[in-house]
Amino acid sequence: MTSELETAAHPENLRRVAIDHVSRVEGHGKVTILLDDDNKVHQVRLHIVEFRGFEKFIEGRPYWEVPVMVQRLCGICPVSHHLAASKAMDMIVGARQLTPTAEKIRRLMHHGQILQSHALHFFHLSSPDLLFGFDSDVAKRNIVGVAAAFPDIARKGVLLRKYGQEVIRMTAGKRVHGTGSVPGGVNKSLTADERAALLKDIYQMVAWSRDAVRMIRQLFEQNLAFYNAFGRFTAHGMSLVRADGAMDLYHGGLRARKADGSLLFDHVNYDHYWDVITEDVKPWSYMKFPFLRALGPDDGWYRVGPLTRVTNCDFIGTPLADKEREEFLAYDGGSATGATLGYHWARMIEMLHAAEAIKDLLHDDDIVGTELMASGPRAERGVGVIEAPRGTLIHHYRVDENDQVIRANLIVSTTHNNQAMNEAIRVVAKQYLSGRELTEGLLNHIEVAIRCFDPCLSCATHALGQMPLEVELVRVPSAGHFMTEGNPHGTGGTVIDRMTRNMRGVCERPEDSGSGT
Amino acid sequence: MTDNTLPTCLIDGEEVPFTPGQTLIQAATAAGKYIPHLCWHPDFAAHGSCKICTVKADGRFGAACTIEARAGMTVENRTTELDDKRRTLLQLLFVEGNHFCPSCEKSGNCLLQATAYEVGMMSPHFDHFYPDRPVDASHPDVLLDFNRCIMCELCVRASRDVDGKNIFALSGRGIKSHLIVNSESGRIKDTDFSAGDRAAEVCPVGVILKKRVGFAVPIGGRKYDVSPVSAQVGAQAPTREEA
Ligand code: SF4
Repeated sequence: MTSELETAAHPENLRRVAIDHVSRVEGHGKVTILLDDDNKVHQVRLHIVEFRGFEKFIEGRPYWEVPVMVQRLCGICPVSHHLAASKAMDMIVGARQLTPTAEKIRRLMHHGQILQSHALHFFHLSSPDLLFGFDSDVAKRNIVGVAAAFPDIARKGVLLRKYGQEVIRMTAGKRVHGTGSVPGGVNKSLTADERAALLKDIYQMVAWSRDAVRMIRQLFEQNLAFYNAFGRFTAHGMSLVRADGAMDLYHGGLRARKADGSLLFDHVNYDHYWDVITEDVKPWSYMKFPFLRALGPDDGWYRVGPLTRVTNCDFIGTPLADKEREEFLAYDGGSATGATLGYHWARMIEMLHAAEAIKDLLHDDDIVGTELMASGPRAERGVGVIEAPRGTLIHHYRVDENDQVIRANLIVSTTHNNQAMNEAIRVVAKQYLSGRELTEGLLNHIEVAIRCFDPCLSCATHALGQMPLEVELVRVPSAGHFMTEGNPHGTGGTVIDRMTRNMRGVCERPEDSGSGT
Repeated sequence: MTDNTLPTCLIDGEEVPFTPGQTLIQAATAAGKYIPHLCWHPDFAAHGSCKICTVKADGRFGAACTIEARAGMTVENRTTELDDKRRTLLQLLFVEGNHFCPSCEKSGNCLLQATAYEVGMMSPHFDHFYPDRPVDASHPDVLLDFNRCIMCELCVRASRDVDGKNIFALSGRGIKSHLIVNSESGRIKDTDFSAGDRAAEVCPVGVILKKRVGFAVPIGGRKYDVSPVSAQVGAQAPTREEA
């Protein structure tokens, strides 16, 4: 672990490098690197502008509106918020047990979401880096470049995503901002026609998902030492697991595993998640830093998401994905399970699992059933937890007797992974930036590390591919008020160089910026 | 089809019969012809405030809900000129309130939204006002979300003229106008309002809402998912029951 880099001892003598607006990551991310005169990394922080105001937006709204309105939180995985809020509101309306149709339609929707999000994350956002190399020509390092050089891969990516979106459309009513899941159940099941339409292509989706697992495995094989070492760090992990220990992305109990592989807790009922995790704040970031209570704020940070889920569960309940999981765990003595780039491998195993789960659900007659709603005694507090594409997502509400939400707390995957992403970036910065001149390719290594976790830093919506990159080189004034309170982004200092990369990948230096050191 | 004992006027070149005393919008509605409107409702006296039903009758602009049909009158209704004006009026309504269709439970059953689709409104165009209009959730069965009020006064008319309760009123002038509840506290729980009142189901937008049933109807099955507002002439302001 490299946390000595979190705060530099003498920031006043350091230069600051900021990677602003991490490209191909949805939302606003900025990486600040404090360099000394020899370009040696002294301090690294990922700043995320999170939409913290959203909880306030929810307060006062009627509870039945929340599962629909929270979808505005994320442009990539709105369905995760839709379902997490619905699960919380199930508790409010006393629907402890959903009807089989409602539960399966929601699972179908969720696995459609996993499929489309994982396909987007891997093929559209990450495969350009993996296929062309992190230092390759930025103008080609995008999905258009992939389509030109590897048309078959790009096509599968596009169609896998499209299929997932179709599952969402048929279960939620729309591809984005659907309304299918409601407190206590769902408002529609599948029609026979919809079921037949999805069944027609699902076997192809399973096959392509298997190809995708093979593809990332081959990439590991071809670059084993590099893939293993890139941004590698050890971490505790947390995810939901089913009662029998199987991976379950829709529902389960909380399991945390320490970095040494031992279990910290297992099958914890998430409706009291605060008994096992709690949130810390740091002066230099707007984001909260959740930690495992038993391990304390310094050691208790943990990782969530595909890599954690695949390694944390005991098995996967669908055969093809389970077999891939076993191979992943066994590969090179288990080395990939600790690699930051192992996230992509785990992600593709999950995509395969999602495709298989969709296939199984489509063969289950409950998905065309008509019993949609359940209810029971009303409750004041509702907690809903789901394994969203990027990791554990917690929605927590209190609703008063007038049906209005009076308190909301959301812990999104990005927040859980906050410290873990910082760790990965620090390692990468140490590995690839220390003592070298800055290049766009080197800066991109950091973006690659972030993208392993998260294509969607702020849970804010931006059109894909439209996020420009800005790199700033700043000399911090000798007064040394870097990262003082009230200046959480560390914007003090003199800009000595600035580089921007626009959405077409063209790098340029604005005329008004300084001319280097 | 035309009952030749009745006089007729011409709406967009089509002969429309009317009984003397009928307004243009009444005659058009009876003939199955759509004139865009918001504050007008076949069961209530005309209000003439929203101006969405503005037509050109014999060359002069006027609200179709207030102009009496006359024999031989030539009326322009769905012309580009008039729909352009309607679109602007709708845009003004959208920015004056807080209308966020994707998370509004009235979506798909909302006359404002359906009318905006009908006249091809693609964006709000103007800057949003973002008025501060707190929700009144105090009634056990009905929620009032004033954010979406377009001040059509249909609830005012329904409560006063049908329910005999006089629960709603408009207060303030100009940009400060807003809907109020007639009780000392100003809260709906302190009135004798009931979910069975006519005023509870007349709101064309998402202000007066039955509680705990939002989003029960899936996308695709809602009133205006099935067919556009112009193809549902004669249907009343949508209610949950219909949806
Ligand atoms: S509450 Fe509805 S019916 Fe009443 S004035 Fe406002 S928009 Fe019209």
